[in-house]
Amino acid sequence: MTSALVVDAALALLVLGLALWVISTRAAYSAVVGFVAYGLLMAIVWVRLAAVDVAMTEAALGTGLTGLLLLGAAARLAPYEAAEVSSRPGRGLRMLIGLLCAAIALGLAAVVLMLPDPAPTLALLVAENLPPTGVGNPVTGVLLAHRAIDTLLESVVLIPALIGVWSVAADPAWGGRPGSLPRPQSGSALTLLAQVLPPFGILIGIHLVWNGADDPGGKFQGATVLAAMWILVLIAGLREPPAVRDQRLRVLLVIGALVFIGIGVAGIWLADAFLAYPEGYAKPLILAIEAVLTLSIALTLGLLLAGPPANDHRSGGRS
Amino acid sequence: MDSSSLLVSPFTSLIELGGLLLVIPLMLPVIGLLLALMLGGRFLGRFMLLLLLLGLIAALAVATAVLTGGDALLYHLGGWAPPLGVALKADGLSAILLLVSAVVILAVGIYAQRDFRVPPGAPETRASLVFWMLLMGVWAGLNAAFLGQDLFTLFVALELLTFSAVPLVALDGRAETLAAALRYLLFALLGSVLYLLGAVLFYGTYATLDIALLAERIAGAPSLPPPIVAAAALMTVGLLAKTALFPLHLWLPPAHAGAPPAASAILSALVVKASFFLILRIWFDVLPGALNPMTAQILGALGAGAILFGNLIALRQARLKLLIAYSTVAQIGYLFLIFPLAASAESLALTGGMLQVVSHACAKAAMFMAAGLLAGTLGHDRIRDLGGSIRVLPITVLAFGLAGLSLIGIQPSGGYLTKTLLTAAVDGTGQWWWGLVMQAGGLLTAAYLFWVLGHALSGPPSGQVVARPGRAQELVVLALALAALLLGLLPPALFDLVGVGRAGLDASAAVSTAMAGAFGWSKLWGDVWPILVVGLLVLGMLPWPDRQANASERLAATTSSVTGHWAAALGAILERADRGLRKWPVAGLSLLVLALALAAAIATGS
Repeated sequence: MTSALVVDAALALLVLGLALWVISTRAAYSAVVGFVAYGLLMAIVWVRLAAVDVAMTEAALGTGLTGLLLLGAAARLAPYEAAEVSSRPGRGLRMLIGLLCAAIALGLAAVVLMLPDPAPTLALLVAENLPPTGVGNPVTGVLLAHRAIDTLLESVVLIPALIGVWSVAADPAWGGRPGSLPRPQSGSALTLLAQVLPPFGILIGIHLVWNGADDPGGKFQGATVLAAMWILVLIAGLREPPAVRDQRLRVLLVIGALVFIGIGVAGIWLADAFLAYPEGYAKPLILAIEAVLTLSIALTLGLLLAGPPANDHRSGGRS
Repeated sequence: MDSSSLLVSPFTSLIELGGLLLVIPLMLPVIGLLLALMLGGRFLGRFMLLLLLLGLIAALAVATAVLTGGDALLYHLGGWAPPLGVALKADGLSAILLLVSAVVILAVGIYAQRDFRVPPGAPETRASLVFWMLLMGVWAGLNAAFLGQDLFTLFVALELLTFSAVPLVALDGRAETLAAALRYLLFALLGSVLYLLGAVLFYGTYATLDIALLAERIAGAPSLPPPIVAAAALMTVGLLAKTALFPLHLWLPPAHAGAPPAASAILSALVVKASFFLILRIWFDVLPGALNPMTAQILGALGAGAILFGNLIALRQARLKLLIAYSTVAQIGYLFLIFPLAASAESLALTGGMLQVVSHACAKAAMFMAAGLLAGTLGHDRIRDLGGSIRVLPITVLAFGLAGLSLIGIQPSGGYLTKTLLTAAVDGTGQWWWGLVMQAGGLLTAAYLFWVLGHALSGPPSGQVVARPGRAQELVVLALALAALLLGLLPPALFDLVGVGRAGLDASAAVSTAMAGAFGWSKLWGDVWPILVVGLLVLGMLPWPDRQANASERLAATTSSVTGHWAAALGAILERADRGLRKWPVAGLSLLVLALALAAAIATGS
């Protein structure tokens, strides 16, 4: 037990130190690198807390995808960074803000320690009500049966987010291909990687979704892996990103949520409630929803990285 | 057939659905959002209009069911009851907000047909697809926020709302509006995080996120546990940031003034009301009885600050859309007077507050769209150069004026009812200071409206007409303005909707009393003469046509304003204060101080 305690203490100190470093560091690029490392450590913390689903989400979305987006942003902002730093508020104001933030952080820490012990939980109730859903992973049961509406709305939120990214396109470029990915370099190791890695990545992604029914994993984590493979292929220049006017692309983006809603509406007649599953068919329906949602989410995540449609799309890429 | 069955018959089949009816307003906008991307193209606007009409019917059905049934509609999604599942509920407040959202969004949808028309020959435009999709996204977020009974579902609703509202600000793609949108995004996300943190503390303490169950469990405790004190403070502050209550209004003026008129109307009329509604939910439904005098006075003081400060800064604006945006900053303030007044006059305060939500939604949407028509026709929105626009756009200027009358609070407008009910609550609770603030706010509002109207009515047209607006656009703006102005003439029994699902709330009695003496001569004169005095003062300061001859003088005068020379110094100081408050570090500081102050206030009373 003591060795575990030492590891946990070291982990906690490392996370705290890294968090402070991310806040205090000046250059955006190093802050992002620090943030990615922080996210990976947080994933380990979640594993230590036996929340493997959260750990996988943290690693895939919170660290992987967010990290990529932030790295891109930091690279673009680099030329303006000096001006930004020079216009920051005076020392007095910064000290005051720092003190107030510290006060709130300490207050929060105190409050967390005052939470009831043992923590009140719904875990037992979830376990009792898991059999009707047919799935073995309680997280999946909560996300796709008990609280299906939250999952449905969360997957819908991705669409306005993507539209927000597309909306900053120039008017003449509307309908074209996204153009924010770096230009591909031919003959690099990246091409080889993009040819070798995706088959394995796709298998892992599908495995995560399939496994999610009974073990940790699920559509968001699987979709992130699939999106990563797609982005790899795009960056290597093996494929062009699809044009935003592409009808097939648009159908695929919304098909996940539409199928989810469709099954939910059918539940009104077949199972007496919106978003309820008919008895005995819960598991196959949940798997079907997860499968199409994975596709839609993976596409959306990839397109979020690919950026708004642009006119001067990299012409050097092979098509 | 008596009157109530006549009211019910068109909706009988919908109303028979019971709680299931709530799924329609929840899912219709979501389906619209998804289908819009799939369909896209030239006829998207027409298709969206169809959905907006269906949405209005659904909202009417919900309101009718709630009012005639006399009880809130409840639905367990997936058949799972809380705490395991998620409930939807429409009480009177939800029903009112669903309905007013459906009306305003439909009006905006009609107005936007022309602004977001796809030019002949083009398959689709960026602005058209983005606008219609995000309009649906905003609508989905609003309805989910009004119906959700689960703190996490409400968080998802806020996210949907924020991610849909922010890109609307930058729809024209100028660097200036992109900066405004980014400012809005970052501050609104900060608000989301604080809200989520609070929700986590609620779950950690009570193992449920359901509002009704939380209220039950909290009512049983002798005092608020510290995590709940922290949660209430964090969630309130986070939602205040999203509502842009003074002094956290840094993002609102550039965002609401920079968005296209149809989007500004939605943002100002509805989006800020959703986060306000969640503050109401937290204090009146999750933590009933926990609102102690100190917390209530803090919220009221912020509201009063918003009324005075927002109106004064509005007076200083040279551009019409910015003036209207600052007027929104001020009008949000009235909503927060509910909190100190509700302690001993809940009926009056809540009814007055809900009327403010409804009448401001209609009036402000009308004003932003009227300003859009003026700007589209004249090619600018500089108040000083609006001269003679009444001759170019009579209906639009009339609509602007009528909507303004509701903001000032002339009978029989919704604004009048708000002012009268809140004043009655002030008299009942002896908190005279809020009454003073409301009086001053009304007069300041009158001052800037006369300033705008005086310019629009006087002199020859001072510019060229660059485009003609559509007749439908002008009429829909007029209809919204009339809705705000004539709100008080509705049968008092309809106002009982406010109290459905809430014990001991007699809204119709409050409204009947307020309307009973509204048109007596002494009352009418007593309400109108101060406004007339302000009007005469303002008109006296208007540049007359013969004095306008010197162009360079006019140019010099554009930096001055209605407050005139004697108050120019004060105005400059206020503007500097506003610029200071709207700086990131200062706004961040305000947020932190507010969070700590609220936590301290809530803790002392619990």
